[in-house]
Amino acid sequence: MSWHVIWDNAAWLLEGFWVTIQLTASAVSIGLFIALILSLLTLSTHRFYRWPAEAITFFFRGTPLLVQLFLVYHGSGQFRHELDAIGLWSYFREAYFCAVFVLALNTAAYSSEIFTGAIRSVDKNQIEAGRAVGMTSFILYRRIILPQALRIAWTGYSNEIIFIMQATSLVSIITVLDLTGVAGRIISKTFAIYEVYIAIALLYLVITYTMVFIFSRIEKRLNRHKA
Amino acid sequence: MFGLEGYSSAIFTGLQQTLLVGLLAMLLACTIGVFGALAKTSSNKLLRVVASFYTATIRGIPELILLLLIFYGVPTLVQDVFAGFDVEVIIDLNPFVAGVVTLGFIYGAFSVEVFRGAFGQVPAGQIEAAKAMGMRPWVVFYRILFPQALRYSIPGLSNVWMLLIKATALISVIQLDEVMRMTKIAANATQKPFTAYLFAALLFLGITLVSMMLQKYLENKYTRGYR
Repeated sequence: MSWHVIWDNAAWLLEGFWVTIQLTASAVSIGLFIALILSLLTLSTHRFYRWPAEAITFFFRGTPLLVQLFLVYHGSGQFRHELDAIGLWSYFREAYFCAVFVLALNTAAYSSEIFTGAIRSVDKNQIEAGRAVGMTSFILYRRIILPQALRIAWTGYSNEIIFIMQATSLVSIITVLDLTGVAGRIISKTFAIYEVYIAIALLYLVITYTMVFIFSRIEKRLNRHKA
Repeated sequence: MFGLEGYSSAIFTGLQQTLLVGLLAMLLACTIGVFGALAKTSSNKLLRVVASFYTATIRGIPELILLLLIFYGVPTLVQDVFAGFDVEVIIDLNPFVAGVVTLGFIYGAFSVEVFRGAFGQVPAGQIEAAKAMGMRPWVVFYRILFPQALRYSIPGLSNVWMLLIKATALISVIQLDEVMRMTKIAANATQKPFTAYLFAALLFLGITLVSMMLQKYLENKYTRGYR
């Protein structure tokens, strides 16, 4: 057993750790924006808006994340000339870009399902009352619907953030050097297989339960009017 | 077919492996789920602690790490431990077995929560009545608790199944000839990665669609007596 491998490569592992955190943060923030748009489209009464949003959600929820990553990272090569012509090839060539692109869309699909449900469960009478006092749709969303929907959605959404954090480990398969990617490199140099995997498993556990702790504090704060 | 020069049939063979791994892992997950839920609600403190530790750790570590740890880490760990006693052992895990066991253990942790919730929904009065009739704990379980809990657990178990079947894509990492690995071979051979991975994505969408229909059917069937 060679546990010293972990200490020898601590700095490298820390770099991977930061990449994992950055990937999660980018995917979640971009994903949140897309999710809100998808939810509004899904809630629309107009088929022309609703169907594309539902199709995107169904695709990203119905296929494995790994397939989506490969489809974009390896699949974009099939359209190299077309992508080159519109100047996008330099982005799709980069594994990191593909990773953020796919993770953001993936989490957006799952989150929009949570948001749609939450928005639907806001009391109808309040919306009618808001309309009756002359609120525009924008103000109605900002003041009445979204603040309440956020409370309803929070438990589900915080779980989704933790899921996508864990899912970032898959990007190591398309050569991004996140925590899992760095672990693979260290193993191929030192052959300390279980030592490294156990170490990063513990790291992921720490990240997960730190997030669980923070999110439950936020949940308490969101519901402080009920206590 | 689909411009994949006959490689689509290879992907279909992969589909059989995917479904086989998925179904066996689901069976294992359900078994673990029932026993885990019983352990979590038992009066024995040790059982409760073990079950809680199991669900908390498994859910805090990404599936990919657990898969790599079990497939590559455990054999080397065992070899190292035996080498400490001057005994040489060589363990070669079969990717099929490793895949089934890993996925079963991961999604077993999710099933524990599903069954715990379902057991909790069976009215306590019925359990008391059964005990008062002189039924033994085992008889109470299989005559009263389990048949009713099964109905409550359908939505939760369907969720677990959909997550599990998508997670089978990860097993391609340990070289099992399932859909993803066969698709990779097809993508390399035909130089059409996008077409190949889109084909795999459609297969998974098909599985999701069939699973959703099956869930609807089962829910209708088992709630018939309650409407």
